[in-house]
Amino acid sequence: MASGSLGGSGGGGGGGGVSGDGSTTGSMSTVSKEDNLVLLSSEVSSSSYPDESELELGLGLSLGCGGGAAALKSSKPGSWGVHGGRILTVQDFPPSVVSNASSSSSSSSPTKPNNASCGTKRSADSFSPPRSGVSSQVVGWPPVRTYRMNSLVNQTKLLTSEDCNSTIVKSKSKSIVLDKIDGNMSRNKNAKPKVFPKNTLFVKVNMDGVPIGRKVDLNAHNSYEDLAQTLDDMFCRTSTTVSARISYTEENGGMREATESLRLLNGSPEFVLTYEDRDGDWMLVGDVPWEMFISSVKRLRIMRRSEANGLGFQEQNERQRSKPIWT
Amino acid sequence: MAHSLSTPSFPEEVLEHVFSFLSSDKDRNAVSVVCKSWYEIERCCRRRIFIGNCYAVSPRTVIQRFQDVRSVELKGKPHFADFNLVPEGWGGYVHPWIAAMAAAYPWLEEIRLKRMVVTDESLELISKSFKNFKVLVLSTCEGFSTDGLAAIAANCRNLRELDLRESEVEDLSGHWLSHFPETCTSLVSLNIACLGSEVSFSALERLVARSPNLRTLRLNRAVPLEKLPILLHRAPHLVELGTGAYSAESRPDVFSNLAEAFSACKQLKGLSGFWDLVPAYLPAVYSVCSKLTSLNLSYATIQSPDLVKLICQCHSLQRLWVLDYIEDAGLEILARSCKDLQELRVFPSDPYGAEENVPLTERGLVAVSEGCPKLHSVLYFCRRMSNAALVAIARSCPNFICFRLCIIEPRTPDYLTLEPFDTGFGAIVERCKELRRLSLSGLLTDRVFGYIGQHGKKLEMLSVAFAGDSDLGLHHVLSGCESLRKLEIRDCPFGDKPLLANAAKLETMRSLWMSSCSVSFGACKLLAQKLPRLNVEVMDERGPPDSRPESCPVEKLYIYRTVAGPRFDMPDFVWKMEEGAGLRYS
Repeated sequence: MASGSLGGSGGGGGGGGVSGDGSTTGSMSTVSKEDNLVLLSSEVSSSSYPDESELELGLGLSLGCGGGAAALKSSKPGSWGVHGGRILTVQDFPPSVVSNASSSSSSSSPTKPNNASCGTKRSADSFSPPRSGVSSQVVGWPPVRTYRMNSLVNQTKLLTSEDCNSTIVKSKSKSIVLDKIDGNMSRNKNAKPKVFPKNTLFVKVNMDGVPIGRKVDLNAHNSYEDLAQTLDDMFCRTSTTVSARISYTEENGGMREATESLRLLNGSPEFVLTYEDRDGDWMLVGDVPWEMFISSVKRLRIMRRSEANGLGFQEQNERQRSKPIWT
Repeated sequence: MAHSLSTPSFPEEVLEHVFSFLSSDKDRNAVSVVCKSWYEIERCCRRRIFIGNCYAVSPRTVIQRFQDVRSVELKGKPHFADFNLVPEGWGGYVHPWIAAMAAAYPWLEEIRLKRMVVTDESLELISKSFKNFKVLVLSTCEGFSTDGLAAIAANCRNLRELDLRESEVEDLSGHWLSHFPETCTSLVSLNIACLGSEVSFSALERLVARSPNLRTLRLNRAVPLEKLPILLHRAPHLVELGTGAYSAESRPDVFSNLAEAFSACKQLKGLSGFWDLVPAYLPAVYSVCSKLTSLNLSYATIQSPDLVKLICQCHSLQRLWVLDYIEDAGLEILARSCKDLQELRVFPSDPYGAEENVPLTERGLVAVSEGCPKLHSVLYFCRRMSNAALVAIARSCPNFICFRLCIIEPRTPDYLTLEPFDTGFGAIVERCKELRRLSLSGLLTDRVFGYIGQHGKKLEMLSVAFAGDSDLGLHHVLSGCESLRKLEIRDCPFGDKPLLANAAKLETMRSLWMSSCSVSFGACKLLAQKLPRLNVEVMDERGPPDSRPESCPVEKLYIYRTVAGPRFDMPDFVWKMEEGAGLRYS
């Protein structure tokens, strides 16, 4: 059953669907016996459900985690012999790993093997009632493709921006030119559904000097301050999940100080926030009313101040956002 | 060819002829390992190759082995890239493949790509290198613009299929469509639904008019409803149609034109599109409903009563994609009306809201599974579920091949008993012996993984999020699921032990993705050192992993088997763990 024959394979889980995909080209990969890495499934039968205490995989593996269940027992030197579920022996470790054991045991990380320093803690007894709205804070959850979400949001955008029947105003040299809203507006007068979904509008954000671009949901914000705060969080703390962020800032030095703030809208010393609009022009964020910005922005860029000069950036920090039109 | 003394063998030509009946990759792979001579014969006559991970093998290796390939299918990024979990610039570039194939396979006819980065340069190279090029399918790809499409249109004389499903295309202009020469009459399938800007309608109309073999046409949103009849009149033999925006002002003449045009399409089996759907215009398609086997209403933001009026006429329906606006009540009617239903996908209209916005619950899915005996593929987003419902579903539909349930709030328990869903999903894997794909959600302990490992013997792809208690969960899956090819995990408390204990298993799988879990950097290095046929990639935006203690978990881990060795096109935030050498930057 081919996916995509419905004209789109989007949605949670994507369109991978079901297919009898062959293996990668070439003969099937087999586990080389020379490696002596024997599957341990024979050791731990999966048809019974041993309690945690019974699962002594006892991997003779020290990764500098310190104590815990990772007991170091050696089997035959230099061999991969499987013994009571171990796959590696101390002797097989390259020296660097073993020496790390001493250095990292003095690190501040907790020593539970399941729970390294930057990880999240979960245990069977940490049943917590679902927190409402967690799903909206987590990247990539629920698993609905951006393509689908943006399609839905564009439908409601057409409906809601009937109110903004005035014109979008902009130009090349930062002054603004009148432009007409798409005539599609009028078509949708009959199309208002009873329930307005809250939808997303993801746009890409890049920051000069940061190799990884991000995406931010503009519809999750309702003002420039809101957006600036999110971007601050994104690019100062540089973590992609809520939990990682929390533990990271608490426990590690990290690459960037958590306290630094970009203060993007209020005359940050180093960066300015810019956006590319529908016509491909780069503009400073903050000049037009929020709703107009939303309907014309294609992507964002946190630009070094030095490069932003061509945008007519001015030295004074105050920009009156209420000033809608310039010639 | 040497003949062994004891066994006479067939002449090559006979074997080749026999092999020509083998179309599945699995069969061909099996045949190729029987003996050397069969390997040689098979590799000369294989025409179609599928590469599920473009980094698993190098173009050169493929070309050296298969000398006359006509059809190539390649996949790039991991599946979770669809949900923004793979940072930009990760990879999946197709150009090296195109460049190599341009030289080696001048008779290549078909290229199908999924989740790959395709540039205009690549498209141009395709259009100029393959004289008999026929099929281009770009599924969820990105990196190209309408300029690249113009090159394809202009240069591919015998183009049959151009399908851009859900790719991200930089829309520079709608004029690319006009680049199809007047002499191009070979189109069978055209899917431009993902394009944002308007294409020239007159060019589109002329193209459709001169394509007598056109059977699939998926328009983009910008094609207005009033003009749809024009296209339908030009293509009355269409089998699959994707409308543009399905809304217009209320005008009786527009409606009757539309209705008449649809009624002339006697072969229409599939409908999609329906953006901005205005219920008043839905009856225009009623004349084709009884023959429809496939209906995609997942962009139609209309309410249940209107949806139901349409669906209850589609007695032949096999596939339905719809938003949760259909509600439990609508699904109950679906269950009564569409007894041939095989695949159902219900998407959330408000995925980020905290509360239920429509009455769509487990009841709808239970109703459909009870009413539709042929149901084998489900994707269902909802906000509440119970073990009892899952057990009932499993009992009604033992034939599931694909079961993907997304309870929107992570770690939601059974709303009746407040228990985890171990029993419910356990029932699914136990009853559905043919299950190949499973996505879990809701509150889940290690027990569910025990069931999956025990019963999921045909399971090929498993997606896990916010589930499990300990390493045991992952261990159950890796040690029990014999057919597992793709495993993707996020936000689960799985660490090093099960990976290292089942390291060899990883070589039998296509790939493993783990993000926001507890796998340490040290374990990644170890895996890479001990299993040279795996690429172990660590993605970490905090900087080089060796700037942190070895016990520190990595943010994202992507492991895949490969005979191509390490790749060199990685961005700064991806590190590969190399055997022996420790850490290497790209």
